[in-house]
Formats: sequence, structure tokens, C-alpha cells
Amino acid sequence: MHSFGYRANSLLTFAVTILAVMCAMASFSDNLNTPSPSSQVEVLSINWFQRQPNGNDEVSMTLNISANLQSMFTWNTKQVFVFLAAEYATPKNSLNQVSLWDGIIPSKEHAKFWIHTTNKYRFTDQVKPFLEINFYHYLFKPSQIFDLFAIVGKQSPGKRIQLDIALACHAQDWKDVC
Amino acid sequence: MSEENFLREKENTIMDWQGQKLAEQLMQTLLLAFAVVAFVAGYSLGSFQMMLLIYAGGVALTTLITVPNWPFFNRHPLKWLDSSEVDRHPKPQPVKSKKKPTKQK
Repeated sequence: MHSFGYRANSLLTFAVTILAVMCAMASFSDNLNTPSPSSQVEVLSINWFQRQPNGNDEVSMTLNISANLQSMFTWNTKQVFVFLAAEYATPKNSLNQVSLWDGIIPSKEHAKFWIHTTNKYRFTDQVKPFLEINFYHYLFKPSQIFDLFAIVGKQSPGKRIQLDIALACHAQDWKDVC
Repeated sequence: MSEENFLREKENTIMDWQGQKLAEQLMQTLLLAFAVVAFVAGYSLGSFQMMLLIYAGGVALTTLITVPNWPFFNRHPLKWLDSSEVDRHPKPQPVKSKKKPTKQK
């Protein structure tokens, strides 16, 4: 400890080590908090339904999303990332998950919200892989449009498939950001 | 003697042994104390930022107290031997041994 540089080095190293320990303790204190989020999603209406040139189906809908995520915020939470995903099965793909909407909640005050919106991202369903696209199929079988979707409020022939919309959220801690 | 001047100048820039020990103890105690205060304050206020700010302030304060060579770190300065004393007591010369070095087998 006999020179300026030696003392400065020793102090900085010790300070940073203690800082690491403090951040670890802060992270551990998160386990004390059990989050209990609640949410509700309603599909209000289907805006339009189209077949894309590459053969895939696309739909646009208006949604009512309300949620209370305040219990997810601890002192160690920087922000909460929320997204709305549609999860369903089709004869072609056994599990589809399509993200329709997402948002970032920066603080506890914003965590209780109600939002009326169309889907932020396009909701497309894969009908054909690219190699198989055949223009004649499209012309001769227009009813294929209705095979793959069963949407609340819309009558469709063919198979009815359960469409589950799942609201998932992910709390981002300071340690992910720092 | 240039060595004497060198040592005198060095005394202004270094701490004595007691001072060094004091500096080290002060540094560790202060940093730990500020860390505890910062964590408790941050947890009770519910603000991660408060904790970091208090701790950063504590580190800055500790640096100010511990790192520069304050006079209170130099209260027991080392007494170097005077140059005039050195001349009065010549350095003892090593005795030349008359024995031949034994050969090792």
C-alpha cells in the first residue's frame, strides 16, 4: 500500500468485487417475489382474410388485450416484455406459434393496461412449402382457404381447429441489461 | 548526500508503515459499510438505481480518503540514519577466510 497506484488498484478491485456481490444478492432477492400476473384477450373482429401469392393464408384481426402484470415488478426489474402469440395445430404442422403483438412495459405504473389494437405483426399460416406452389392449385381449389383456420365468430366448412391465443410475458432484469 | 535527499523527497510521497496499515483497514471498512448501507437503502426504497448511486458515492469518498497521501498517514515517519553518523561508523568489511574451500567429491 505504499504507492498511489498500488492503493488505487487495490481499492478499485475490491470495490468492483463488492459490487458484483451486491448485484448477486439483488438477483437472489427476486426469488422472494412470486409473480401472479393476470390477463384476458378477446378477438373482437376479423378485418380481412386473404391468400398470399406464395400460397399462404393471412388474416388481420382486432383484439382487446387487458392485463395486470404489476406483481411481476420487483426492485430488480428493469422492464417486462409482453407478447401475444397464437398457438394452434393444423394438418400440415402439428404446432404453430405466431406472434401477433408485443410490447415493453417500462415500469410498474404501466403494468396494468387495456389495449384495443389490430395485430401488430402479420398473422400468416403456411399452406404450401415454396417448392410445391403451383398456380393451378390456387385456381382450382379456392376452398382450401377455409380448411386451416377456425376463428371465433366465423363460419367455415371443413375442419374446425382450436385457436388458442396465449399471452406470455418475460421479465427482464437489470442483470440482462448491465 | 544524494541518497538522503532522495529519501527525504520520497517521504513526502509515501506513507509510513502504520499509515499503510491504517489506509488498508480504512479502505476495506469504508467500502463494506457503504455497500451494506447502499443495499439496505436500495431494497427498502425499491430502487436499484438508488443502491448503485449510494455505492458509487461511497467508492468516490473512500478514494478521496484512502488513496492520496494525507499527513495523518505519516504520523510515524521512519528515521533514516544521518549522513554524518554514517561516516563515523564505517561499514564492517567481510573477513577474508584463509582456509581453502573444501573440494566436493
